[in-house]
Amino acid sequence: MAMIIGIPREVHSGERRVAATPDTATQLMKLGFKVALEAGAGAGSQLSDAAYAAVGVEIVSDTRSLWHRADIVMKVRPPELHPVLGVHESELLNPGKTLISFIWPAQNSDLMEKLMARGVTVLAMDAIPRISRAQKMDALSSMANIAGYRAIIEASQHFGRFFTGQITAAGKVQPAKVMVIGAGVAGLSALGTARGLGAIVRAFDTRPEVKQQIESMGAEFLELDFEEEGSGSGGYAKQMSPEFIKAEMALFAAQAKEVDIIVTTALIPGKPAPKLITAEMVASMKPGSVIVDLAAEQGGNCECTVPGEVAVVNGVSVIGYTDLPSRLSAQSSQLYGTNLRHLLTDLTPAKDGQIVVNMEDDVIRGATVIHNGALTWPAPPLKVPAIAPAKPAAAPVAAPKHGEPSPPTKGSTLTTIAVLGILVFGAIGAYAPPAFLPHFTVFVLACFVGYQVVWNVTPALHTPLMSVTNAISGIIVIGALLQVSSPDSLVMVLAVFSVLIATINIAGGFRVTQRMLNMFRKD
Amino acid sequence: MANGLMTVSYIAAAILFILSLGGLSRQETARRGNFYGALGMAIAILATVIGAQVTGYALLIPAILVGAVAGWVLAVRVEMTQMPELVAVLHSFVGLAATLVGYSSYLDPNAHLVGAEKTIHEVEIFLGIFIGAVTFTGSIIAFGKLRGSISGKPLMLPARHWMNLTGLLVVFYLGSVFLGSEGTGGLTPLIVMTLIAFLFGIHLVMSIGGADMPVVVSMLNSYSGWAAAATGFMLSNDLLIVTGALVGSSGAILSYIMCRAMNRSFISVILGGFGTGGGTSSAAAPEGEVVAISAEETAQLLVDAKEVIIVPGYGMAVAQAQGVISEITKRLRAKGVKVRFGIHPVAGRLPGHMNVLLAEAKVPYDIVMEMDEINADFPETDAVLVVGANDIVNPSAQDDPGSPIAGMPVLEVWKAKTVVVFKRSMATGYAGVDNPLFFKENTRMLFGDAKKSVDGILAHIPS
Repeated sequence: MAMIIGIPREVHSGERRVAATPDTATQLMKLGFKVALEAGAGAGSQLSDAAYAAVGVEIVSDTRSLWHRADIVMKVRPPELHPVLGVHESELLNPGKTLISFIWPAQNSDLMEKLMARGVTVLAMDAIPRISRAQKMDALSSMANIAGYRAIIEASQHFGRFFTGQITAAGKVQPAKVMVIGAGVAGLSALGTARGLGAIVRAFDTRPEVKQQIESMGAEFLELDFEEEGSGSGGYAKQMSPEFIKAEMALFAAQAKEVDIIVTTALIPGKPAPKLITAEMVASMKPGSVIVDLAAEQGGNCECTVPGEVAVVNGVSVIGYTDLPSRLSAQSSQLYGTNLRHLLTDLTPAKDGQIVVNMEDDVIRGATVIHNGALTWPAPPLKVPAIAPAKPAAAPVAAPKHGEPSPPTKGSTLTTIAVLGILVFGAIGAYAPPAFLPHFTVFVLACFVGYQVVWNVTPALHTPLMSVTNAISGIIVIGALLQVSSPDSLVMVLAVFSVLIATINIAGGFRVTQRMLNMFRKD
Repeated sequence: MANGLMTVSYIAAAILFILSLGGLSRQETARRGNFYGALGMAIAILATVIGAQVTGYALLIPAILVGAVAGWVLAVRVEMTQMPELVAVLHSFVGLAATLVGYSSYLDPNAHLVGAEKTIHEVEIFLGIFIGAVTFTGSIIAFGKLRGSISGKPLMLPARHWMNLTGLLVVFYLGSVFLGSEGTGGLTPLIVMTLIAFLFGIHLVMSIGGADMPVVVSMLNSYSGWAAAATGFMLSNDLLIVTGALVGSSGAILSYIMCRAMNRSFISVILGGFGTGGGTSSAAAPEGEVVAISAEETAQLLVDAKEVIIVPGYGMAVAQAQGVISEITKRLRAKGVKVRFGIHPVAGRLPGHMNVLLAEAKVPYDIVMEMDEINADFPETDAVLVVGANDIVNPSAQDDPGSPIAGMPVLEVWKAKTVVVFKRSMATGYAGVDNPLFFKENTRMLFGDAKKSVDGILAHIPS
């Protein structure tokens, strides 16, 4: 009997996402599940009931019956009070069933109590460990990516100018300057988007190992003249020392006077967001500037942030929206649905429509916050950092390699060659007949010329060089030519034959070199 | 023509030859260099033919014409993959010509030299014939090995060094007999010496492994130059001496460059045998899993990559895959993928072999890089295609001091994100060494004939 996956409509006010799209539903059915959708659940993401029905999803109009029939309920937001039915969503969940959604167990202890009381199994998408294997189901990352993108789009809406610099007939346009604080997924996404629009982007992060990632996106890494490592476990930043924060705040104050747009994404797990942008800094910014506070839900990185709203302080717009992914609902639903689908693939090893909550599996263990009514959160920590920490500063200069020939050997061979050379030259000078010496001079000089000329040939031309030297060595034909006129007929025959083969060599060698060289071309 | 004019022409020809070799050092001037060479040769031949010493035009002109036409046709018809064979066979002609000219010079009744001059002249003849004969048979064997009609395996005769040494001693003895004889009485020792030199040339190249072929070819190139120089001495012709010395030293330098690229001493290559003497590999056979990949997946990998480096080897030449690879390169470049080629100095069977093949396939030469230029860029490369190369990308050259190819500079392809190796089977390369590259985590094997594989990849890259 295949399990039924129920997709209820999100009830949180303003929430437009949905936990499955027709695409991901199709994939889920391939795993053996039946999928049921509450009527109108996809409307916020421009997905009609008909589109779901077309791929074989059952459309259920009654909320209670959907919750009742589903073996697995997949949602976006944590369960909350249903505004129409007047009951808490957790109470719609029957014992033994499974719920998969964002839960935030640290912040929502009441909800956890309620769910435990129902005797259900709960997998929290926000509790999936951040290890490489689980990246495909990391909904936090996929949502953060969207939030970062949307942050720049929202900023551009409130920012009265171009992002890109231009020289136009109507005058010069200065490019916008954007500072991104926190280069996590959201921060990187924001700086990439701002770069894409043509802005000058700088980014700051307490973790030095992300410098390369920032630079790879085309942004500048703002460095602090201060030694402290900010990497915590799981790829998050940890809280820094007071001295560090002071230096950091001075940097932000200086930047605030200069930049047009600030995007803050600083979060520390389980703590309220750090206040990084003070009211004075906001006051020092140029009118028309924009701050987007992606930490608004956790209290905000800016003192002026009003969660969920746009506050205008001294002409500076402070955007505190907490629903940025929902504002890009079609994209968010697709990515979130895909994350869920990957999680279910791992939960359904036999692809038979039956989930197996395997508590030995690191990823599933991490995600499971309540197992059959028993609290299983927090999971024991995994000791695999999400981002490999930067290597310790440059290792000392490598020790000299062994086995390399030591210079003295070379020196002694050179000496030997020199001594031999002197002896040979001396012997020739003393005993050779005078007629021989001019030729010998020519010979030695020619060897050196050849050495000097050939030494710098590029390897690409080695083959043409060989064929041309081959053609040139056909010069032996001169010797044969001089002998052709010999009265001795044997000499003459030999000479004519030599002329013949040497000419083959000359003509062939030059022609083939030319052919080869003609093939070398540049773009 | 007056003797003075002939000498001046010879000087002009010698200068043109030097300019020719100099011109070939860079792509931009290479074509001009070739032209200078041909011009110098034309001047030299013309000056000699017109000169007072030459009269037998009735025989001479047909011989030149026939030879020129034959050479031209040969050069136009030859496939670029057969370049090594062509070069080898042309070397053998020079060797044979040098031998014949030596005999003619000895038999020439016009020579009336006495005393030390006669002795020197005869030493020159003896030496010229010896070098010419070695070049001749050596080149023929090299030709056979390159064609595949003679096995590429080094021939390991027992006590081969002693045989060579004995041969040399006999040659010395024959030389002394030859010098002591009167008139043309020295012909017998000369002929015996020539036969020994023939055997010597055969044995010399037979005992060298196929992987060392680039060195052998350039070494024979050098010999042909020395043969010409020796002929110049015996005929007292400065042009021959200059030209022979130029060619001889250029060939010697090329051989040296090749040896350095393989981290092998010149002497050990000449004496033959690759990886047969020492080098018992200390490491056990590489462990790990071989991961196969399909042509379609490879195509996807290439299209998604930002930086691609293609490392071709002799296998590419054998499979005639360079044309398709060029087309793949063109399509990828049109999609904004940065494609470059990494060429190992001893890739192929002739120095610069790969460059010629890629040029034939119309790959622009400015994306074809040398090992030293490109080795540092592998860590930033997304995908590397190794097409028909093995030993030149073998990490054990760096990691395993016991490996027969230890210390040979190699292309560090394994540092790239993904390496795709084209291979017919899991056989070892020419050096007979296992390649741990195939077992690396980031290596994918694309099994099958290289030509079929690249065709498959091309089919999956939309133009």
